[in-house]
Amino acid sequence: MMDRLLFGDNQFFGVNHMSEEKARAQAMRFSNLDAVMAVLDNAYDEGITTFMCTTHDRIAEVCDRVRAAPERYERFAFFPCMPYAHKYADAMTELGMLGAAKRFLPDEGMLNAAVRGGRSLAQKDIEGLTTLLIDAEMTMFRGLRTPVIWLQNVVVDLLVGLGFTDAFRIFSDHVRARYEAEPGFITMNLPMLLDTLDEAGIVNPIVCSNINKIGFRMSGGIDAYHAALTERTFRAVAMSVFASGAIPAREALEWVLALPNIESIVFGASSLTNIRATRRLVEELNA
Amino acid sequence: MIRMGVVGLGKMGLSHLSMIRSHPRVSVDAVVDSTGYVLDVLSKYTGVRTYGDYDTMLREVALDAVIIATPTRLHASMVATALDAGLDVFCEKPLCLTSAESFQLAERAAQRERVTQVGYHNRFVGAFREVKSLLDANAIGRVTHTLAEAYGPVVLKAKGSTWRSRRSEGGGCLYDYAAHPLDLLTWYLGAPTGVGGAVLGRVFSAETEDEVFGTLYYPDDVSGQISVHWSDESYRKMTTKVTLWGTEGRIVADRQECQVYLRDTSTPPAGYRVGWNVRYTTELTEPVWFYLRGEEYSAQLDHFVASVEQRRVNGMNTFASAAITDRVLELLTSDAAGGASTLQAEAGTSSPRPAVPEATIRATAAMARTRIAGASNVARRKIRRRMDDWRDRR
Repeated sequence: MMDRLLFGDNQFFGVNHMSEEKARAQAMRFSNLDAVMAVLDNAYDEGITTFMCTTHDRIAEVCDRVRAAPERYERFAFFPCMPYAHKYADAMTELGMLGAAKRFLPDEGMLNAAVRGGRSLAQKDIEGLTTLLIDAEMTMFRGLRTPVIWLQNVVVDLLVGLGFTDAFRIFSDHVRARYEAEPGFITMNLPMLLDTLDEAGIVNPIVCSNINKIGFRMSGGIDAYHAALTERTFRAVAMSVFASGAIPAREALEWVLALPNIESIVFGASSLTNIRATRRLVEELNA
Repeated sequence: MIRMGVVGLGKMGLSHLSMIRSHPRVSVDAVVDSTGYVLDVLSKYTGVRTYGDYDTMLREVALDAVIIATPTRLHASMVATALDAGLDVFCEKPLCLTSAESFQLAERAAQRERVTQVGYHNRFVGAFREVKSLLDANAIGRVTHTLAEAYGPVVLKAKGSTWRSRRSEGGGCLYDYAAHPLDLLTWYLGAPTGVGGAVLGRVFSAETEDEVFGTLYYPDDVSGQISVHWSDESYRKMTTKVTLWGTEGRIVADRQECQVYLRDTSTPPAGYRVGWNVRYTTELTEPVWFYLRGEEYSAQLDHFVASVEQRRVNGMNTFASAAITDRVLELLTSDAAGGASTLQAEAGTSSPRPAVPEATIRATAAMARTRIAGASNVARRKIRRRMDDWRDRR
């Protein structure tokens, strides 16, 4: 069972869907790792001990801090989301697709990597290459708890669109076998993804998608999402429940928590006040 | 069902393929790319019919339309072939390397009554659409000046080896980046009458520019400025922004929001009031059937599909419209090659002027050769005079 509230990381990286100015202000504030850790500590001390984060280089520094203080962060869990799409998109623009793939091969176990990667390239077998990229992304979390490992929405949705169903099975198998973790899938197209995961034979998957009262970035429509939550077997994580602030907090949470089958909510916040207010609201509405 | 082919499977082509394949009224019947590896992987894992050769694909597969996302230098001939084969065409931006080719393609498509569209996706961003409707409603009165900006982290060091880093193939900050804000200005203000003060600056790139600055002149004394820089790491991703000053107010818009200040002399459109107004992407964005990397990318493909179905030849971002933007790109290139009017030249002074480095002359000559064919006579003369002057000083 995942925690009811998961802590997200958009605020730390200047991602804000409402305002470029606000995003920049946050990027400035959180360019200092201490500022990031202070907010994570606030969340942790409020009992929100799961950090759902990208594999951005900065997160590696957070990992170092957590590794260095095992008692302080005894219950701290990371939910890594991979790949960090921008670094691949930029590399693809710069080096082309194969060049980008080569750049991100891990330097751990070069021989193993060369065999897996080389054979993959030669046989058009994406399994070796995919598992290699997963291992590269996971390097920063060595020795830390990662009970759920997510595939990011840009990749998930690209694969859904392409009909690349096998990729989900490959990701799922590798994450389970090598990291003893549950695979998770982030999407902007929940109903369509559930069909694809069915085809891939992934039973009761963990899926994270925008779920908010105004239907923002819920492709397929709010009714199809409601039907999925009611009728399909999956473990739902709701993100963007406040639609970047377009919906007042209480109204947003009341609506989401009244839906069936929501296991967790992932949210971002930059202050203790907001973290605490969100935790209290969820506790009150759950009671 | 619209039978579609996707040509070119780079970053844009793959994402177009993903989106269009999931469109409920489209079947993707073939994909084309020159990279065997990509084709083999797609064929093996998704079952799509793949071709390494465009003409073979056109001969063997019955299609209604194609999406062309190859390097820009290949657009002109591939689009012409598709039009001659009776297909509707969605082509990535910019349309062609010269506006002459773009205008010819527009003409050819018109003769054959083909649906055309170019991938200027910003026209499908909610906030930028809101700007257009505000202008159509005359919300800020007579527009006098605009500033169109785009910044982002594309070229951050001196390297790079794809077509996007070579001007001769349609790479570079002007064609890849500046084309977007310039196209927005074309949408808002129509075709400019001229350009001036253009600067195509290099930061890291060896074979193309990384910065674009310049002034655009429009009818009725409207002016615009363009400021584009793709070697700016302080931006997380490409950020496009437009500001428009009018006699009755000001509009500032980016992908996330549209901020509008209206003077008390204005007549605010429905939902707006005098003073500051802000509309956010959450309220300005129409839902799409499938989301990959922004609603606008899905929305533009949906627009194309609808145009094909309805035989709408005058939809958004037609070849004719994109040709105007191509012409602006060309004018900026020739104007930049012409360089600045210098104080010494103005004064007609006879004092010796510093020699221009050989490398600068060669680079300018190379840039000028690429574009001079499409340049106006005035611009062409200006470039030649400038180059002759530089040579005289050696």
